[in-house]
This record gives sequence, structure tokens and C-alpha cells, in this order.
Amino acid sequence: MTAKQLAKKIQSQFKEITSDPVEFRDELTIDIADAKQISVVCHFAKEHLDFDYLVDLCSIDNDDETPRWTVVYHIYSYKHFKHLRLKVHVSEEDSKLPTVTNVWRTANWHEREVFDMMGIDFIGHPDLRRILMWEGYPYHPLRKDFPLAGKSSDMPDVAFTDPVPLEGGPFVTSPGNKDSADREPRVRNPE
Amino acid sequence: MAELKNIEISDSAVRSAEALDELQDLQGEKMTLNMGPSHPATHGVLRLSLELDGEIISKADPEIGYLHRGDEKIAENMTYNQFIPYTDRLDYLAPLANNVAYALAVEKLLGVDDKLPERCKFIRVICCELARVSAHLLGLGAFAMDVGALTVFLHTFNEREKIYNLIEALTGARFTTTYTRIGGLSRDLPEGWTEELSKFTKEVSEAIEEADKLLTRNKIFIDRTKGVGVITREEAIDFGLTGPNLRGSNIEYDLRKAHPYLVYDQLDFDIPYGEVGDCYDRYLIRMEEMRQSVRILDQCIAKLPNGPVNLDDGKIVMPHKQKVLSSMEELIHQFMLVTQGQNAPAGEVYFGAENPKGELGFYIFSKGGGVPHRMKIRAPSFVNLSILSHKLPGHMMSDIVAILGSLDFVMGECDR
Amino acid sequence: MNTTEIGYNSKIEGNVVHTRIDNAVSWFRKNSIWPMPMGLACCGIELMAAGASRYDISRFGSEVMRFSPRQSDVMIVAGTVTYKMAIAVRRIYEQMPEPKWVIAMGACASSGGMYRSYATLQGVDRILPVDVYVSGCPPRPEALLEALMKLQDKISKELHIKDKKPARDRGLVLS
Ligand code: SF4
Repeated sequence: MTAKQLAKKIQSQFKEITSDPVEFRDELTIDIADAKQISVVCHFAKEHLDFDYLVDLCSIDNDDETPRWTVVYHIYSYKHFKHLRLKVHVSEEDSKLPTVTNVWRTANWHEREVFDMMGIDFIGHPDLRRILMWEGYPYHPLRKDFPLAGKSSDMPDVAFTDPVPLEGGPFVTSPGNKDSADREPRVRNPE
Repeated sequence: MAELKNIEISDSAVRSAEALDELQDLQGEKMTLNMGPSHPATHGVLRLSLELDGEIISKADPEIGYLHRGDEKIAENMTYNQFIPYTDRLDYLAPLANNVAYALAVEKLLGVDDKLPERCKFIRVICCELARVSAHLLGLGAFAMDVGALTVFLHTFNEREKIYNLIEALTGARFTTTYTRIGGLSRDLPEGWTEELSKFTKEVSEAIEEADKLLTRNKIFIDRTKGVGVITREEAIDFGLTGPNLRGSNIEYDLRKAHPYLVYDQLDFDIPYGEVGDCYDRYLIRMEEMRQSVRILDQCIAKLPNGPVNLDDGKIVMPHKQKVLSSMEELIHQFMLVTQGQNAPAGEVYFGAENPKGELGFYIFSKGGGVPHRMKIRAPSFVNLSILSHKLPGHMMSDIVAILGSLDFVMGECDR
Repeated sequence: MNTTEIGYNSKIEGNVVHTRIDNAVSWFRKNSIWPMPMGLACCGIELMAAGASRYDISRFGSEVMRFSPRQSDVMIVAGTVTYKMAIAVRRIYEQMPEPKWVIAMGACASSGGMYRSYATLQGVDRILPVDVYVSGCPPRPEALLEALMKLQDKISKELHIKDKKPARDRGLVLS
């Protein structure tokens, strides 16, 4: 079975909430409209389509677009060696979706990382704590409105942070489609 | 003359017997032990909070993030070429392989991965395999050292120094190589380098056999590793293990075979895989992988074609300086590349490469332009370590070092 | 019968050295600086290389890498210090007995290096007094060895006897 047929199977099973698979560079992406169903879809993919390996789980901050968050699942199978990408969109007000730890246990740490870095909750996760930053750190650093240089935070006994000086530091290139004077690599100090 | 004092042995024995009686009801009480983040067996800055019942671990909670340096955030603020030095520092035991994996991911996004010149592909394979040998040498040395065999470490480090010499001749640095560029390499092989390399492959084969003699049938080593930390097939898949750790659990899967990239489909090599999934199997696999890497290296030297090493595309590869100074078009290309980077299309790609530690993947989500909107690094060590809290309970304290050593992780990559 | 010989004794010629106590102590100290290897990141690998066969740090009396702070004299901070790790580094430093020194190995430990980001401490000198900085990303093992020699120089010039002033200045002149 090709990846396309597998994608079609998912689509026919969940007609109302899935989009047509998008192909880019030989990779298939399926958008799932209803984030609440993600664990059901994943369960189906694992049980009926043999996607037994969750390669990666990560999130994207869409900045000023709505819905703000996108959570991306890369799934793979050791039986038919096909790769598929599932995407769900989560609004900023909601900021939560069901966990898939009950489908693949490897999702545990991935979800904790998403929670830590972007602040998206996973309902039903057995142990949702920060993983890379320390407990009590007030921000979610991978959000687009968080500056690379960081913000100061003060946690007596745990850790402190200060914004780092970018003067003469790495020349930062700004993403986005602004004009090139704004985009080109240069020193940008935090305001 | 000094008077001999009566030593009241009986008394203290009675006392300890009484104490033991009292302790009866304390038995089964758990003790919490903190291991790391600065501990020789944690290979960097992993921290384990252990709950012990006597010698037996009843609960393990790995704590990571002590080396979280914000690589993914940095990537969002840089052009694609600018980020290459940061990939060196992910898995700093195999920087060349990281460079290659990252360059391939970006090239996939740009849609030029199949247009690379043959020579470039072969050199990249050499880089990957050299990195694999060097990473496994250190991994094995450290593993053996952790379970008590220091000699192997010194032997393998000797060989690593030779690799460093080769890499230094190739890139100018010992292990922060930054060797690849998007669409090619920073430079071609230096003169006489392949001869040095073939000399090295002979020497390293001998060294591998030597390490093999020191460990493979070493009674102590076997006692410490056989049957310890058994990861079953199902667990390995469920926890997303990759690389030698996956293959140890009786799964014959290697990205180089399953989804060949570069020129791996033209090369002849075998995939070793284990049966039981214990520490000893993982050790054997690393041993065999080094031998296979040497095989690949030899084939690459023999097959290495001539020709350019960079893509012929001024919009992706930095033009030659001579041309920049003499031709308008190249000058513009250079200016655009430096200020804006490669103009990538909007879209998303995932590329995973078989690195020494496992599948190193880059997921790039681009909205167009020279800067990724989001770049996620799928770090094999991160995923491999997540099995610890499941696997450690039930083992003895002393097995921890064996299990950690056999999982062979790097914190730079785990925490990013 | 025992007699005590006073003055020149040809039997012990060449076996006795006259020196100041400070110099003797410095000499002992500088030739046995036991490091506490804080191998945090990539630089830690070069630190291992410095300890391994080719560079052989034991030529300078520093091969005894102690992972226990209580048995070490110099902390070699090799690698990126993140805010999360900073507390642990600091605590380990505090556990080291006096006299103690610190070598900041590599760009990251000296200044944050290429990691100008939210998670990285911009130089370990923000939390510890550093004696020698080693540049490089990573510094070659030779550079670390040179740093060690610099530190030895520094130690050999240090005065160790608590009250460093000559007795006369303290008004304790014995007339
Ligand atoms: S200075 Fe360079 S090599 Fe050393 S820890 Fe920092 S990034 Fe790694």
C-alpha cells in the first residue's frame, strides 16, 4: 500500500474532520480539523494501519494567524515503511488537546516538551511537567512573542535569568515577509 | 606498662542486634537518591532521581534540560547556512554526521537533494561514516570505563585522535567542523587525504579487534551487561528508540537501507541486529557497525568520483570569490545569500538520517524566505532516554551505569 | 652516644633545600592540582582528550580527575552553563575546600559563546570567580594545558601563610 492509499483510508474513516492529503516533496500531510479527535485518529492509524512508530511530535506557533497553535505528528510504520504527517490546529483560547501517550508511549516526553516550550496542555497526560526549563519558569520560550534574548525572571533558590546582550552577538535574521532591511541579519537588541 | 582495656565487644553486638530488631518495621522503606547532574556515568548533565528499596530501584525519574541552550529558537532567527555551526554542537561526538543530516534536510526543502554532484554525495558518506566510527569509539570506551574497564577507553581515544587529525585536515577544526554548506561542502578534500584515510581504516580495524579482544569475552564485562536492561521489540518500537538501541532489540531497520539517501544504495554493507535487546547486544552492534563503517569507507575511497562538490546554482551555493569580484551576477547572488539566505519555498519537510545515536531528524516548517518559521530537531538521544523511567525500575543500582552506557546518549542533542 | 652536628654536614649535601615556607607550599600545590571536571558540553570532550593518551594531562600533575568536589582543587568548567545548571555548578564550587581555583574552558564558559539565548548563562564568571579563561570553541587540549600552566604560575606566586605581612610591620619586633 502506498502512503497515498493509507492517507485515503484515514480520510474515509474520518470524513468530516480530515482534509485532502497535501503532497510536498513526496511527503503527505493530513489536516485534522477537530483537535479533540486526534487521539482517536492516532489510535485508528496505529491499530488498523500499522503506524506503530511515532517519529516526532512538535508544535508550531502561527504567530498572528488563527488558530494560533498547530501540533504536528510524524508517524511511521515498521511494517510497511511509510511515513505520514498529521496536523491539528488548536486555538489560543483553548490551548489544549487530548494526549496520545496511550497510543504511543514515546509521546510522553514529546508532549511534555510541547507543554514546556509552547504552553499547550495535553488532556490525560500522566505526568505533564516542564522538561527542559525548570519548574517554576514563568515563560514558554518557543512562542513567537518571546524574544530570543529571553526575559528576566527571578526564582530564588532555583535559578535566575537575565536577557542576554545581543550586541556584537550572533547576527539575527528576522523571519517573516517584511522588507529586506528588516529581515537581513543584524544585531537586534531586546527592547 | 599500659593497661589493657576491656573492649566491650559483646555490648555493641547486642546493641546492633537490638537496632536491627527495631529496623524490622523500617524495612521496605524507600530511600531517595539523586544521581547527577554532574556524575561521571551520566555522560554529561543527566540527572536521575531514584527511589531505592535497598539495592533495587523502585522508581526512576530522569531530569533533563541542564544543557538546554535554545537551539530551536536560535534556528528561527537565522538563515539556513548560519545555523550549520549549531548543528555541530548537537551530537558533539559526531558533528560531521549532523552537518550532513541538516544540509540534506534543507536541500530537501529547496528541492535540490537529488541534484547534488556525485562527488559531494560520496564525501558526505565518508563524513557520516567517519563520524560513526568516532562516536562509537567514544561510546564504547566510555561504556567500558563505566563498567570498570579503563584500558579500552585509552585505546579507543588513541584512534579518535587519528580521526581528529583527519577531520582537522579536512575542515580545520577538531570537532566543531561546520563542513557542509547548503548545496555542497565548504571545500573539497585536501590533497593526499584519501591515502591518509585508507591508512587509517587499516589501523582502526586493528584497534577494533583489539577492543573486541578486551571486552567481548571478558567475564566481568559479560556479567555486568548480559541480561541487563533487556528492551523487548515491542517496547523499543513503542518508545520510539532508534539506532543501535532499536537494532539491539531484534529489529533489522536502518534508515540507510530502508530509505537510502546520498549514495548508500550503491554501497555494500550489512545491518547488524541483536536478539535479546540487553546491554551486551547493544555493545555487539556498535562493534559490528564500526566494522561495517570501515567497509563503507573503503568502498567510498575506491569509488570516489572526480568533479565538482557544489551544486551549480548561484541562488543556493555561495559563488567563488574570484567570480564575485569580477562579475555582476555573482556579486548579486552573494549579496542576496548573505543578507537573505536561500529563498526557500513555503512548505514543510521532515528528513531523518541514520546518525550514530539513532534517527536525527529535522522538521522544517517554512513560510518562504531565507529563515525557517519553525525548526524542530528530532533528537535520538532525547527519545532514547525517555525509556529510562520505564526500564530502570527493578534493576540494581549498579546496573544503572551499564544501562546508561549502553544507551549511549549525548546531552547536547537531548536537550538541544 | 648521640651527638648533634651543627653546621656543614657533607652527608646531607644536596638533600636539603632551603626555601621559604610559602614557596614550598606553592610548589606542592602547583604540581598536584586535582581537577573537578565540570564537563557540561562539547568542551568536555576536549577535556577528556586532554586527559587521555595523547595529551596526557598527568604530565602536569592533574590526572586525578575527581568527581567529588571535596577532593579537588581546580574546577574546570568545560561547556555551556545554562541557567538550570548554574545552581548546581555554584553548589559544587561551594563544596570544594579552599584553596580552590577555576578555569573557564571555552567560549561558552567564558562568555556564553555562540549561545546568546534565553537559556544560557553569559559566562560562568557571573557566578564564580574565574582564574584562567581559555579561548576557543572548543579550545584544543594544548590550550587547556597552557591554561593549567598559567594557573601553576599564578599559584606559585601566591602567598599562603595566613598573615602575609612581615612581623616587624605588625609591631612584634623582638629586640
Ligand atoms: S565553547 Fe564551543 S565547544 Fe565549548 S561548549 Fe561552547 S559551543 Fe561547545
